[in-house]
Amino acid sequence: MKKLLLLGDEAIAQAALDAGLSGMYAYPGTPSTEIMEFIQSSKDASDRNVHRQWSSNEKTAMEAALGMCYAGKRAMVAMKHVGLNVAADSFINSAITGVNGGLIIVSADDPSMHSSQNEQDSRFYGRFAFVPCFEPSNQQEAYNMVFDAFEVSEKYKLPVLLRITTRLAHSRASINQKATIPEKILSLPDDPMQFVLLPAIARKKFKVLLSLYESLRYENRISKYNNFKDGRKRELGIITCGIAYNYLLENLGESLNDFPVLKISAYPFPKDLIKDITGRCKEILILEEGAPVIEEAIRGILDEGIKVFGRLDGTVPRDGELNPAIVAKAIGLPVSYGQDVPSLVKMRPPSFCNGCGHIDMFNSLIEAVKPYGQGHVFSDIGCYTLAALPPYSAINSCVDMGASVTMAIGASDAGLFPSIAVIGDSTFTHSGMTGLLDAVVKNSLVTIIISDNSTTGMTGGQKSQATGRLEQICEGIGVSREHIKVIVPLRKNHTENVGILKEEFEYKGVSVIIASRECIQTAAKRKRSENSNE
Amino acid sequence: MMKNDIILSGVGGQGILSIAATIGLAAIANDLFLKQSEVHGMSQRGGDVQSHLRLSDKPVSSDLIPYGKADLIISVEPMESLRYLPWLSGNGWLVTNSNPFINIPDYPPLDEILKEIKKIKNHIIIDADEIAKQSGSARSGNMVILGAASPFIEMPYESLENAVIKLFGRKGDQIIEANLKALKAGREYSK
Repeated sequence: MKKLLLLGDEAIAQAALDAGLSGMYAYPGTPSTEIMEFIQSSKDASDRNVHRQWSSNEKTAMEAALGMCYAGKRAMVAMKHVGLNVAADSFINSAITGVNGGLIIVSADDPSMHSSQNEQDSRFYGRFAFVPCFEPSNQQEAYNMVFDAFEVSEKYKLPVLLRITTRLAHSRASINQKATIPEKILSLPDDPMQFVLLPAIARKKFKVLLSLYESLRYENRISKYNNFKDGRKRELGIITCGIAYNYLLENLGESLNDFPVLKISAYPFPKDLIKDITGRCKEILILEEGAPVIEEAIRGILDEGIKVFGRLDGTVPRDGELNPAIVAKAIGLPVSYGQDVPSLVKMRPPSFCNGCGHIDMFNSLIEAVKPYGQGHVFSDIGCYTLAALPPYSAINSCVDMGASVTMAIGASDAGLFPSIAVIGDSTFTHSGMTGLLDAVVKNSLVTIIISDNSTTGMTGGQKSQATGRLEQICEGIGVSREHIKVIVPLRKNHTENVGILKEEFEYKGVSVIIASRECIQTAAKRKRSENSNE
Repeated sequence: MMKNDIILSGVGGQGILSIAATIGLAAIANDLFLKQSEVHGMSQRGGDVQSHLRLSDKPVSSDLIPYGKADLIISVEPMESLRYLPWLSGNGWLVTNSNPFINIPDYPPLDEILKEIKKIKNHIIIDADEIAKQSGSARSGNMVILGAASPFIEMPYESLENAVIKLFGRKGDQIIEANLKALKAGREYSK
């Protein structure tokens, strides 16, 4: 048995490889990115030729993974929590089609929004779709769960959700590696209609799904991750979900044994164990990393049962991730503290790298848009969102992948002129292209600036599907050739670029300006690897 | 019981993760339990970054160090070393580079920052950039700081050296030598 030092993300990737993975599908998104990156850099994956290319977005990734498991092989798809919104259509329906080869969907939640727009809890999606959901409390458990999740997936013919959070995804610990399972061979589903969700078929399959969900509670590979340990104190029982258990153990150490503790790491949640602990304790404290999923269920609408402490009564803050101090306070222990941060320490928010092409693009945009006043620029998800901060203060929106294009269209419909979108190259091919088609079809008065750094920058420089294809894509969608302008965002081109922007703002139709210069980080990385190959 | 809770701090891109990786490799070689929480993603773009590194001869539960429990802050930037004082225990050590990384308009005067650092009972301020240059590799400032912090990490010094050799192994003997020299120079400074 080999010992490996791995991030939570990497442990999941290694486990998938060891469990006979044939295809990995993903779109980069913090904190999930390292799952695919690990598989891409794995010699084992390369020797076996495991599929490991990025997809255009989470929906295409999810569907391709479903296709691989249709063909009988084991597939994994990974995304950040908001990516599951993009993939939701296929995710929810995959529960009704069911699977053939095993399928795991990894959704990496980001409570406290370290790198996100919201802190939605993916466990809701598990319940919503009626699929099993695993929530590891540590890296070894994450590794082990992948094996069980594939087995459960194939036994019940269901996709399985693996929900992790930032602290697990991006924390390193040592892992005991298991023996490798060979990949599955190509085999089609027994029932040729399994994946055909015509209403008449879907209705039948949905009934099956509902009854399956109940039987999952008795599945050993799920229930073994939910453990009740009795303690002599009857005043307070504690329920933890996922990594919340670590903070409890950190605070209580040996005296954890005094309390009845239910550790939940797999769903559907264990009714019988919850009955056990609520039956023998006067009061219950619930610690969840994320939303009060278990807490709401136990309280119910009327909240007239056992006295419950948790996120809903303020014992634990309603939002944000947990930490040892929050948990210490919740169980009534004193919170240790070092010294205050001296008042001279200043905030250091993230900022553009020196020499970044986005800077030159925004400097030109700021000057070109000045005569029209504030409030004309919609933007999107990526490094360029940093232009919302001073000294730029250059964008007025950042909502979801692709929303810059479509919000610009809607604002233009309402009469805003000019209406401008700033979107990155990878975000554009993720979800901007369909919006651009809307604009072309109705000849919206919008200017779309694609700030093309030829990479997926914010997540660390993954390959962008857009590289080398943007002009063709825009032309193919129907933007007129004269209004697809390619500029190079450099200080020496500033005046010329301002002129081009101004001209296109005034054009009464759809124009696209592709501001193209490679990300300096990616360029540096590329040069380093070129040099080392010489 | 052996327990070392270490906070590594700096600015995105300064490479605190190679310090973490070195300590991590050494910890594994010493059969210690280890958890190391890192910051990836948006904050890496010139923002403040930190890593919680926990070593113990017993299993480590929380990925995060509780406030007031860190034994050591290792910082590659002086102002950033102060940001994590709520985590530092009363007897803990603060080891920091003296060279500021100024990418914000309101960066405080350096002498005031150093004055605050000197208020900490156990502190070491080291000009890692200069020492790295003298060691023959301007880019090995990280290893100078790690060397300066090494007396406060409860592992044999040789295991850190071995970790450096392993970590930089693919980059050739010259780079390994420069980093070992930097590590040593930092250690000499503290001792």
